[in-house]
Amino acid sequence: MSNKLYSDIIMDHWKLPRNYGALSSPDIDIEELNPLCGDKIHLTVVLSNSTISNLLFTSYSCVIAKAASSIFFDSIKGKHIDEIKKITEEAFLSLLPPNYISGRTKCALLPYKAIQKGIQAYETRSSI
Amino acid sequence: MLNAKNIQKDFPIFANRKKNGPFIYLDTGATSQKPKTVIDAVSRFYETTNANIHRGIYKLADEATTAYEDVRTKVAKFLNASSSSEIVFTGNTNEAINLVATGWAKKFLQKGDVVVITDMEHHANVIPWQRLRDEIGIVLYFLPLDQDYRLDYQALLSANIDLKKVKLVSIVHGSNVLGTINPIGEIVAFLKKEGIQAKVLVDAAQTVPHMKIDVQMLNCDFLAFSSHKMLGPSGVGVLWAKKELLEVMDPLFVGSHMVGKVTKEKTDFADVPDKFEVGTGKLEAVVGLGAAISYLESIGMDAVENHDKKLVKHGLKLFQQEKDFTLYGPKTEDNRLAIFSFAINGIHPHDIAQILDQSGICVRSGNHCAQTLMSILGTFATTRASCYIYNEESDLTTLFKKLINAKKMLRV
Repeated sequence: MSNKLYSDIIMDHWKLPRNYGALSSPDIDIEELNPLCGDKIHLTVVLSNSTISNLLFTSYSCVIAKAASSIFFDSIKGKHIDEIKKITEEAFLSLLPPNYISGRTKCALLPYKAIQKGIQAYETRSSI
Repeated sequence: MLNAKNIQKDFPIFANRKKNGPFIYLDTGATSQKPKTVIDAVSRFYETTNANIHRGIYKLADEATTAYEDVRTKVAKFLNASSSSEIVFTGNTNEAINLVATGWAKKFLQKGDVVVITDMEHHANVIPWQRLRDEIGIVLYFLPLDQDYRLDYQALLSANIDLKKVKLVSIVHGSNVLGTINPIGEIVAFLKKEGIQAKVLVDAAQTVPHMKIDVQMLNCDFLAFSSHKMLGPSGVGVLWAKKELLEVMDPLFVGSHMVGKVTKEKTDFADVPDKFEVGTGKLEAVVGLGAAISYLESIGMDAVENHDKKLVKHGLKLFQQEKDFTLYGPKTEDNRLAIFSFAINGIHPHDIAQILDQSGICVRSGNHCAQTLMSILGTFATTRASCYIYNEESDLTTLFKKLINAKKMLRV
């Protein structure tokens, strides 16, 4: 396939997503859906001293959303949530293989939105 | 008989895009490509006939006015309307429907009155009525589909609504997702037979480009369509309505051009259809629409419709071959547009569309501005191929071959 969007890296993460599954008793349990296309991911995270000690995700989605989730979530294991909160959209997208058609950016951003919302929900619960 | 290969020669975009690789355009449901005659008509207007209309006394202004008003007459004839003053130029179909919702329905309906639409509508024919429900408390009823993706309009008789309060039935003529063509004449006759005294609005965005439309034969009260789906420029659409309805309707927008006498205390509106055309009109787009109608008439709408039917036959035959492919839409040829919305088991529509793009095939993936229909179909999104006069059967065959490849590539 000559199309750069479906590079070997993307296809590898699509067919063999890393950290795929669901954790029991997670500290963060969040589902992120794009209602315009039906892309959906479910993320579960266990924290230790506000650091990600384990995470698993499942997805019902397009190739880009699943591959981006696999690549991104693998990269944030062991990171402190303050560090993750500082990751901008641009920085996130730069982790992924290049050659995006802008029409697929929303697909790619699904895991980014999921973790940011998950952290926000966790911090809101913790401060109560 | 229409020859799509020859037709393509009239459309510059095909040769231009094919310089860089294969190009198969199967997204006319979203917008149509434009023949050189339409492109030239727009340029020529600005090169030779540009002036504001209905205002100047000088010769150029008169020519511009004539160029614009001639198209109004042309559209009236194209629809077999009884008068050109029944043709209102709007921005598009969406705007035309909003004009009926705000200018007629909001003015004359009251709380508890019923507006009937269907489960297969485009958002253009859902959201304005939802807003009316929120603003004045009309009841909004959705006619269901049957198992063949056809409209079960008889279900109205067993619906939990007061039929005496049904004041408007607003129906899509041809579904932009399913390809279903609804029998408007039959539905109007049904309403009359059952004593349901409702006005009928037809969203004809997907049918005016594809068949001869006769508003008198359809016997409806309002009809809306867009220029850009029928080879014309974007930015202009048409609301046709019976003159007696236009005369009592309120305009959507008020300001210049749509007025008679203006004082500080009071303003009279202009006669129809000018009452509904505020400010400077969509001058070059209207002229382009005129050229689009001329092009279609040179082919003949019967030939256009027969070409569609050939593509429907071929498409249905292809989709029957793969049990992994779900086709959302009627499986029978009659009353069906050459629009094919489908899903492939285990593969997201975005990926299908992206992979087809690698072969130069343009299809649409998403909810097609029909989220209420998507929820009925039990999905968020489909992939859609939609055909027109520049598509050959081989376009659909190639599409199908590439879909098989996509399935192999992405199956986990």
